[in-house]
Amino acid sequence: MTALRPLLVPHRIVMMLVALGIVAWCAVSMRWDWIPRYSGLALEGLWRTIWLLVVSSVLGMLLAIPLGLAQAVGPWYLSAPAKAFCTIIRGTPLLLQIWLLYYGLGSLFPQFPAIRNSELWPYLRQAWPYAVLALTLSFAGYEGEVMRGAFSGVARGQIEAARAFGMPRRTIFRRIWLPQAIRNALPTLAGETILQLKATPLVATITVIDIYAVASRVRQDTFIVYEPLLLLAVIYMVIAGAIALAFKRFELRIPARAR
Amino acid sequence: MSHLVETLGLASSLQLLSLSPPGWGANLLRGLVNSLQIAFGAFGFGLVIGLFGAYGKLYGGPVVRDLLAVYTTVIRAVPELVLILILYYIGTDLINQMAAALGYGRVEINGVVAGIWVLGIVQGAYATEILRGAILAVPPGQIEAARAYGMPPFMLMRRVTIPAMMSFAIPGLANLWLIATKDTALLAVVGFNELTLETKQAAGSTRAYFTFFLAAGAIYLAVTLISGVAFKRIERWARKGQPSLRSGGA
Repeated sequence: MTALRPLLVPHRIVMMLVALGIVAWCAVSMRWDWIPRYSGLALEGLWRTIWLLVVSSVLGMLLAIPLGLAQAVGPWYLSAPAKAFCTIIRGTPLLLQIWLLYYGLGSLFPQFPAIRNSELWPYLRQAWPYAVLALTLSFAGYEGEVMRGAFSGVARGQIEAARAFGMPRRTIFRRIWLPQAIRNALPTLAGETILQLKATPLVATITVIDIYAVASRVRQDTFIVYEPLLLLAVIYMVIAGAIALAFKRFELRIPARAR
Repeated sequence: MSHLVETLGLASSLQLLSLSPPGWGANLLRGLVNSLQIAFGAFGFGLVIGLFGAYGKLYGGPVVRDLLAVYTTVIRAVPELVLILILYYIGTDLINQMAAALGYGRVEINGVVAGIWVLGIVQGAYATEILRGAILAVPPGQIEAARAYGMPPFMLMRRVTIPAMMSFAIPGLANLWLIATKDTALLAVVGFNELTLETKQAAGSTRAYFTFFLAAGAIYLAVTLISGVAFKRIERWARKGQPSLRSGGA
């Protein structure tokens, strides 16, 4: 009950009642009759959005670890390309990257008969591999920069102690360095994942039917403008809230940094 | 032989990018000007919203504070693309209704103004948080001293709070400016002719996708890198007279 106490202040109760009133007004006087017709498509779109988010975040994170490591301790011939990659990804709009990959590679691949005849061709003709690739590279670019700071933020004494125990380098990395770096990066990871969620609707511009594309389709089919967009905004807020909660729980399970 | 083809390929790319009509360079530059206009306008509009928002969050009444919390939370949780569409339709609807009430017909909305309005509101939410943090970082004694001298609130803001918080706000604002330049690309989705959409049109009609998208990427990257240098200078200017962070205070 203590969690509810700050909500039970008079002005907040009034504000919540006003908000409920607005929601009720929306439910009554706006048009929602299109929902049953599009619910199947919307669920499919929702699933695709979440799938894109999870796959691109996980793959991007796996790519970000070597990128961060190369920038933090790598020799110049590894750190320079990693730094250039992060700068380029962070310095150009994601929409441009998506279009470069989809239209650029999409127009380049058919010119090579070897690719056209390969087993991958049925996939390369679809849009989603390009969407996954673009989102993954984008997440890796942003998170690579975070991981650089996280790797250099691990106290030197920890690694020296592990070395003094005679741990091999791989074990040091796996047991000491990487876990602590990930713990350093964890607070920003929730924010980055929400940013990644907010980047997913861009894939609708290359014909991937995610939840945003479904809302656009409703708008085009029925000329109802605000209702699908408002519902869409609520859906994204719910997903973002769920991500924030999940990361908070995850952070609580990890022992706090010793001070 | 391959060298010859390579130089020939590059030559045709350069021809496509040239400024005179067979090339599309002029279109790209026009798009860049549009993008920069919107980015500047939205950044400025966002700063104004952010300044009021930060003051409201810090010194406002409980209702103002809660409303601002809702504003910043909602804006930061919903994709910019969705916000752009919602704000775009609301903006055009409002203006058309006003025009109808005043007896005019439908008004054609200027794309630059629409872009500034839409992105400015999005930027305002982030600017609110950045400026709030920066104001909190100003030693409270300085503001109290100014109050003790009887400075009116506006003069206090102009002479003490804003100059003192600048050095704390600049890194966040630099980031926000980069987000502004990149977010202008999203206006391509609502059909506004900024750099990304001009690029797509040029690429689509010449089929030279790589040439144009890479050129546009280079332009965006140049804007980013130049802004980075500029903001480093501004930060140095804003921090003058303050001990550097590395030497740990004097």
